[in-house]
Amino acid sequence: MASTDDLPGPRTSILNNPLWRGLFWQGLTLALLVWLALQAFDNAVVNMRARNIPTDFSFWNRPAGFDVNQTLIPFSASTSTYGQAFFVGLLNTLLVAAIGIVFSTIIGFTVGIGRLSNNWIVARLATVYVEVVRNTPLLLQLLFWYNAVLKALPGPRESLALPGSIYLNNRGLVLPEPVVGAGFEWALGAVALALLLAILFAIWARVEQRRTGARHHALPVAIGLLLVLGGGAWLASGNPLSFQQPVLRGFNFAGGIKVIPELVALIAGLSLYTASFIAEVVRAGVSAVPGGQTEAAQALGLRRGDILRLVVVPQALRIIIPPLTNQYLNLLKNSSLAVFIGYPDLIQIFAGTVLNQTGAAVQVVSITMAVYLAISLVTSLAMNLYARRIALHER
Amino acid sequence: MSVPDRTTSPFEPSADLPPPPMMRGTWGWMRENLFSSLPSAFLTVGCLFLLAWFLPGLIRYLFIDAIWSAADGEPCRAPGAGACWAYVNAKLTFFTYGAYPRDQLWRVNTVMASGGILAVWLLWPAAKGKGLAALLFFAVFPIVAFGLLTGRTPFPSLLLPSPGSNIEWWAFRAAIGVAAVALPLLALQRFWLGGVLLFLVAWFMAAAHWRLLGLTRIDTDLWGGIFVSLLVASVGIVFSLPCGILLALGRRSRLPIIRFLSIVLIEIVRGVPLITVLFMANTMLPLFVPDAWSPDRLLRPLIGVALFSSVYMAEVVRGGLEAVPRGQYEAAMAVGLNWRRMMMLVALPQALTAVIPGIVNSFIALFKDTTLVAIVGIFDFLRAVDTQRLDPAWAGPSISATGYIFAAAFYFVFCFAMSRYSQMMERRHAAGRKR
Repeated sequence: MASTDDLPGPRTSILNNPLWRGLFWQGLTLALLVWLALQAFDNAVVNMRARNIPTDFSFWNRPAGFDVNQTLIPFSASTSTYGQAFFVGLLNTLLVAAIGIVFSTIIGFTVGIGRLSNNWIVARLATVYVEVVRNTPLLLQLLFWYNAVLKALPGPRESLALPGSIYLNNRGLVLPEPVVGAGFEWALGAVALALLLAILFAIWARVEQRRTGARHHALPVAIGLLLVLGGGAWLASGNPLSFQQPVLRGFNFAGGIKVIPELVALIAGLSLYTASFIAEVVRAGVSAVPGGQTEAAQALGLRRGDILRLVVVPQALRIIIPPLTNQYLNLLKNSSLAVFIGYPDLIQIFAGTVLNQTGAAVQVVSITMAVYLAISLVTSLAMNLYARRIALHER
Repeated sequence: MSVPDRTTSPFEPSADLPPPPMMRGTWGWMRENLFSSLPSAFLTVGCLFLLAWFLPGLIRYLFIDAIWSAADGEPCRAPGAGACWAYVNAKLTFFTYGAYPRDQLWRVNTVMASGGILAVWLLWPAAKGKGLAALLFFAVFPIVAFGLLTGRTPFPSLLLPSPGSNIEWWAFRAAIGVAAVALPLLALQRFWLGGVLLFLVAWFMAAAHWRLLGLTRIDTDLWGGIFVSLLVASVGIVFSLPCGILLALGRRSRLPIIRFLSIVLIEIVRGVPLITVLFMANTMLPLFVPDAWSPDRLLRPLIGVALFSSVYMAEVVRGGLEAVPRGQYEAAMAVGLNWRRMMMLVALPQALTAVIPGIVNSFIALFKDTTLVAIVGIFDFLRAVDTQRLDPAWAGPSISATGYIFAAAFYFVFCFAMSRYSQMMERRHAAGRKR
């Protein structure tokens, strides 16, 4: 008797053969796309010639001729190129994103845990905060912070004095400036060594617990190492870090770090906005841990701290971290709203000023999109690897 | 009937004791919810101090010290004056319509009112005739709205006889011909074909008689305010759902080229900020098409917003499609449904119901993101508010804050209503599954 493989397949019309149908539709889509792309390319060449728009990247090395009011790398209107302007903008964007991530994480976790609090008034306040901030546009909040709050502050002479010699006025924020003395690198090296030793001890403790079950607490050892090694080196080198206090002189402050008001408004708006989303992520993550887990841990006799540290937090983090990374990426992408309040970020400098001056729209917009895309893709990739590492290995 | 014998009755529980007095009433509630432990008590006191410091000032600013009516900004500039609601009142027409000609506002009002009625009809759970509402909202309403708002004929001239010939007569004859085919088809219950043909008849008749309305043309650079914000949001919502579903299906397709193209499009657009998409639509799109087709300056950001919201919708819908159990697909194939029917009748209804919160969340995000079209020079609501605060007749210390608070209230009402609506729908749909 013939096996099923030898039987002739069902005789169907080629029109109904899934393979051919698939090939047909895909071929059609591809042909359409290629035709559209060719048309777009032709039109772009014609249009760009007609409007005298550059079609290459030669603008990259031409002198920029504009100034930027906040630069992390040296930049001057007369000598710097458009390429350097791009890096100035990129660094400013990354600066906002980094500071914003720190603040939004702190506020977001606080509010998220606040929403789960037993305390009625704390939970209510956290809910009101989340609902109000989440349901209004970020751009509106940025404009509010910049135009209605920071611009309405008094001038430098009547600055709001915050604790720790921090002053806030309509020209921005003035912070004490750290001054590095001799021996600072030694102290820093000692702290780094202490951290390294602490990490090594933690790894050893973990291996040891896997092997024998005996617990060696890593935290006290880490604190001890930091205090003895780091603190010792700090004192031995004679307290190498000091702060220069800003002083009011004439109409403005002398000394200290001056933060431009655009950056202050941007950080305030972005952090508070993203924090409300992070709060929801945290709340969802913590309430997704089944109550039975806590009860089981109590039944095993774990203490409250240990229940949180060993049972609840690891499971909550597994749920929290992927959406949390998404929020960080959102913050980075939302930092492009800086252009509305005039903070010199990648969009404002590159897709704004450089595009207007050179007219190289296609190149500039493509580069800008590629930068954001690259950061997003790398972060997502890292996230996927991490998620695979911490995923539950189910059988 | 005799009294039960107490000696033989086995056991009778006595009435429950009342709960301890400390746990009852206001005091008990406070003990439980405000002062359950020492840290909790500290937090409560801290929060109360915060509220006491913050709330009275806010209420004074918003209501008690606020200027409710004034001819110009003079009273609002007085020291100690609160929010200047008179300014909002004076600017309300501009905030709503932008620079749209004041004698033509009825056109905007008609469009907004009919759109609102249709939207309520579609969204009201108990309303009847959802199919008709969907047809009106997605097919008829956009055409009429376009015609009314721009004053241009919404019907492409390609499908019409050249003006100058006897246009009404021509259209009338064509319509009679099409209707002669359509009506028998409808009678034979070929609803789809008949419906499309009848739609064509209506199209022809309306197109031929459109100019009798005598609407003046109003260019999009006069459009502005709340009306443009709602327009951008509706275009995004109307396009994002079908396009998002198509992209999600493409991403899950077993045809490699289609899947690859969908993934590339989704990941690229999701990886960049909306602002860059708007820049692209504004500066690159006109370069890619022949000069004669160069899109209108309002149309460009609309394309950008529709594209952006479609890919986010695609990811939401994909989540729903993945949540549909495999057995559902297998069962659909087992009963002999083809791919289109399997998706339309089995997978998508379940998938879309499962992700209603996600869909509404992306609508909310879209509504907030409409503010960004200001970057390419569109006068949306927030931009209208942001420019008017510099009006010298009103300029004053409280004007900026007043305008922003008003705008915030507007956006909050819309977004909050949407999120509450999605929670209600979620509960309705979950009702059948609850045990």
